[in-house]
Amino acid sequence: MSRHVREEPTTDGMRAEHRLGLLLCAPAAAVMLVVAGWPIIYSFLLSFQRYDLRFPQARGWIGLDNYATVLTNHYWWVAFGVTVLIMVVSVAIELVLGMALAVVMHRTLVARGLLRTAVLIPYGIVSVVAAYGWKYAWTPGTGWLAGFLPENSAPLTQQIPALGIIVLAEVWKTTPFMALLLLAGLALIPDELHRAAEMDGASRWQRFIHITLPLMKPAILVALLFRALDAFRIYDNIYVLTNGAQSTASVSITTYHNLIGGLNLGIGSTLAVLIFLTVALIAFIFIKVFGASSPGTAPGADPKERR
Amino acid sequence: MTTGQAVTGSKIRWSAINLIVVFFAITPVLWIVSLSLKQPSTFTDGSFIPRKITFDNYLGIFRTGGFARPLLNSIGIGLISTAIAIVLGVFAAYAIARLNFPGRRVMLGASLLIAMFPQVSLVTPLFQIERSLHLFNTWPGLILPYVTFTLPLTIYTLSAFFREIPWELEKAAKMDGATPFQAFRHVIVPLAVPGVVTATILAFIQCWNDFLFAIALTSSDSARTAPAAISFFTGASQFEDPTGSIAAAAVVITIPIVIFVLVFQSRIVSGLTSGAVKG
Repeated sequence: MSRHVREEPTTDGMRAEHRLGLLLCAPAAAVMLVVAGWPIIYSFLLSFQRYDLRFPQARGWIGLDNYATVLTNHYWWVAFGVTVLIMVVSVAIELVLGMALAVVMHRTLVARGLLRTAVLIPYGIVSVVAAYGWKYAWTPGTGWLAGFLPENSAPLTQQIPALGIIVLAEVWKTTPFMALLLLAGLALIPDELHRAAEMDGASRWQRFIHITLPLMKPAILVALLFRALDAFRIYDNIYVLTNGAQSTASVSITTYHNLIGGLNLGIGSTLAVLIFLTVALIAFIFIKVFGASSPGTAPGADPKERR
Repeated sequence: MTTGQAVTGSKIRWSAINLIVVFFAITPVLWIVSLSLKQPSTFTDGSFIPRKITFDNYLGIFRTGGFARPLLNSIGIGLISTAIAIVLGVFAAYAIARLNFPGRRVMLGASLLIAMFPQVSLVTPLFQIERSLHLFNTWPGLILPYVTFTLPLTIYTLSAFFREIPWELEKAAKMDGATPFQAFRHVIVPLAVPGVVTATILAFIQCWNDFLFAIALTSSDSARTAPAAISFFTGASQFEDPTGSIAAAAVVITIPIVIFVLVFQSRIVSGLTSGAVKG
């Protein structure tokens, strides 16, 4: 069939196809609009209001005051810095480990199924469960890992060691996901390229740098984008491991504490909007600067092109 | 060296590497299992292997710890959310994979936006909206955000699968005299089922895993899910150490995940990568 460009519906058949398509998408679109779209708009509106549930009568429009309050607040910037630090460090470690794991899963001669099953366990496990595992493992007296530390050290009660454990828990849980995304990219590289380069005398490392990495760039960028945005929302691990004590709160933890502890909806919504804008900025940088292709725009994703 | 020896040698090397990977993947899980089997008096021995095995921690969380209700909430809310997300997702994914209509790209774009959206940004507005609609601390109050946040994943996974189905077969079956329903039932459904199963598992795992909505949008055991309930464990009495109860409850909610992973390993792998890489 010829590839048709987007055109006005001219035939009844096409009009019917348009209608059916919209009709089938309508329920999913409605749920997403009502449960995600409306709250997003609502939180924008709330972020311009003074609205503290403890003093509801003081509610009123205050323009950008909430933003000024948050952006001049020390705790916000500490939380922001901590979140960015956790994101950068853990995603960098995951990229290296995930790549190694992907190569192992791709090339191993034995027990391929067992390996994939084993790495899916960290991916699937409830993050709160994993976080408790790490917490007890590092609790002095209780944990098997704490035994390796010097006497009287309590790593979860100091900022830097606690952040290290948070990153460890995050890396353990999400490296398999990264590895699986990279593995799919790895599987697309034709073996002939490697064989040809091998005949030309390229070493294993040279082949990795000059063939594997460039060809995997799209897969790497998508994996990095997914994981960076996911890491920026980090919540469960920190809640269990430190609950934000010793300046280890992420922006998500700070927002939650403000909501449940402070019941300040105006400030909470401002935090929500700022987090949303940061995430949008990260995605924008990945897509525009590094040229990550957002899923859905890849060639072949469009039925018009495939028919 | 003969080729036979070389192969044996690299097999041994790969086995060693694989063993390290498996060790890193499952040691933290084994540690929680070990902790859950320890007697309270031996929690502080720091040993990886329990000296004496007891199941009291498991009995405790169900007898006195009140873990049964949160577990029921988790199962019920997870199943209902998954079912709704799959039904809505199948409709949308079919349209996206098969039909040419104006809103296609908008739909995919909106899904992607929600998949990447920081959930915490929805917690504050949803908390307020659900309180005013009396949905706060109810099953529907959690089902709504769960459906919303599993839909993008469901739509991506399913549309990637649906695109791979050879739909011409349906036409061929009709030419051979099958009714449209027969063609759908005997040709298309068997081809689509693997994709739907995969999307179902991934969606359920996502609901089962959620913690942020579960603690922010509930206030009692009437809707609190298991992961949230675990974080509120304080021990049978105020002065009792909750370590054993937390570990036992943690193991209980890990069991379904382990079963899924063991049974559906290859489907989970293809589902996770199909949405992201093929787009």
